[in-house]
Amino acid sequence: MRHNSRTVLPGFGLSLGITCTYLSLLVLIPLATVFTKTAELSGPAFWATVTDPRVVASYRVTFGASFVAALVNTVFGLLVAWVLVRYRFPGRRLVDAMVDLPFALPTAVAGIALTTLYVPNGWVGGYLEPLGIQVSYTWIGITVALIFIGLPFVVRTVQPVLDDLEVEVEEAAASLGARRWQTFTRVVFPTVAPALLTGFAMAFARAIGEYGSVVFISGNMPMKTEIVPLLIITKLEQYDYAGATAVALVMLVVSFLLLLTINLLQWVARRRLAV
Amino acid sequence: MTTAAVFRSATAAPRAVTRATGESRVVRWLLISIALVFLALVLLLPLVLVFNQAFAKGLPAYWDAIVQPDALSAAKLTLLTAAIAVPANLLFGVAAAWCVTKFEFRGKSVLITLIDLPFAVSPVISGMIFVLLFGAQGWLGDWLFEHDIRIIFAVPGIVLATTFVTAPFVARELIPLMQEQGSEEEEAAIVLGASGWQTFFRVTLPNIKWGLLYGLILCNARAMGEFGAVSVVSGHIRGETNTLPLHVEILYNEYAFAASFAVASVLTLLALVTLALKTLVEKRMAS
Repeated sequence: MRHNSRTVLPGFGLSLGITCTYLSLLVLIPLATVFTKTAELSGPAFWATVTDPRVVASYRVTFGASFVAALVNTVFGLLVAWVLVRYRFPGRRLVDAMVDLPFALPTAVAGIALTTLYVPNGWVGGYLEPLGIQVSYTWIGITVALIFIGLPFVVRTVQPVLDDLEVEVEEAAASLGARRWQTFTRVVFPTVAPALLTGFAMAFARAIGEYGSVVFISGNMPMKTEIVPLLIITKLEQYDYAGATAVALVMLVVSFLLLLTINLLQWVARRRLAV
Repeated sequence: MTTAAVFRSATAAPRAVTRATGESRVVRWLLISIALVFLALVLLLPLVLVFNQAFAKGLPAYWDAIVQPDALSAAKLTLLTAAIAVPANLLFGVAAAWCVTKFEFRGKSVLITLIDLPFAVSPVISGMIFVLLFGAQGWLGDWLFEHDIRIIFAVPGIVLATTFVTAPFVARELIPLMQEQGSEEEEAAIVLGASGWQTFFRVTLPNIKWGLLYGLILCNARAMGEFGAVSVVSGHIRGETNTLPLHVEILYNEYAFAASFAVASVLTLLALVTLALKTLVEKRMAS
């Protein structure tokens, strides 16, 4: 391969060589096994595997909980970003730094901590138990774990957009007679909407693959609280490799489609900012 | 009269503007309160609980859980894994950022997408692919068995899966940074007679050092904390293929809660140090 710009800089061959070799050996060849292993199944066998009632139930748990969690994160993520960007209060910097905790905390630690909080005799579960709400070992618990994991995605995509928002625009709206709420819904919200949607998609994409923080709190009951990643592990442990890869293939396709959507959303957002 | 009117409108104007583009005090405090209560519930409470549970059985029990041989060997494996995965991804990240930001070539956008790919893959699938490649039924399974090389359910598998999962961190931090900085300084150095390596170490590296450090911090945190991918390839052999996060899981599943949270508290401290370093580096990058 040849680069076609007239730069004097050296190192094209070396850096491209390292990059491509590394990616091929570590990422592409290993990922290719998902396709080759799944290809060992005939078409109907593949279809039967990925539409098996237990598998379909796990899609419902994973996608349902991920959707609800991403939605909760979109609402509260916007609120947190707004409060961090617009208001000054003691401890703001500390709170700002803490938002990234879910990125830094190992997922297994988050998993056991959340489970212990929400069991019926736990700090939070103790208050919910008398109300008849059980969180640990139900899909609500899965959603709680996914809210924890996904929060920084929404806050960190919305924050810079709110930061860049010029006060003049809001002043103009206000001087034209808009009430504060109208300014927010008609001026501020449309500007942050693409970022908000990107954050939602990122939180959702992370949630559907999440394993560590969920397995402890989910209870892992087949048909009820079994998530797709756990089902893949179960199939692997039973040496049903083709079955595991078939389900994994479905998840990979969904993840890639989400990745494309996110890239498209960011492209739209950039174009809107440029105009 | 007129001067007084002008004067009054001039002082009144800024106040009117702030009121029009800000919320009333009640709304402001209400929003701040809701946000803080939400964050306290979601982020702070789990954090406090980890340390509370870790010391539930007292300081001696806490210490015992941490210096127990299985815990120490798990810590050793975690450090070893990070010591291989992080430098490997540093090399990859710098090479990838250099070729993507300094040159124009066909397929560049595809390459950038591929670099990000491991982030889009579920940790469980990231572990599974190495089982498919090196496991007993895998592509290379028979050959490895004949030569008595163990990768899956052994240390190399753990290192590979961790390296896969953390591959994009450094590249992802450097690419936007180097794109923004352009190539003029490097081109000037080359024209003035510097060699490629001299240019890299004396011109590029000082410019990107904070971004590089930022990527390394995040990469290291994930490498030491990875659970899903490592769980699939590890085989959970105590004292041999157990990392710290896996050790937390084993203790928890054996109902040794205090010990489990004691080990978890070490990982939590690591996360807090990571956040602190990250915030410091962010400040450096901003200035």
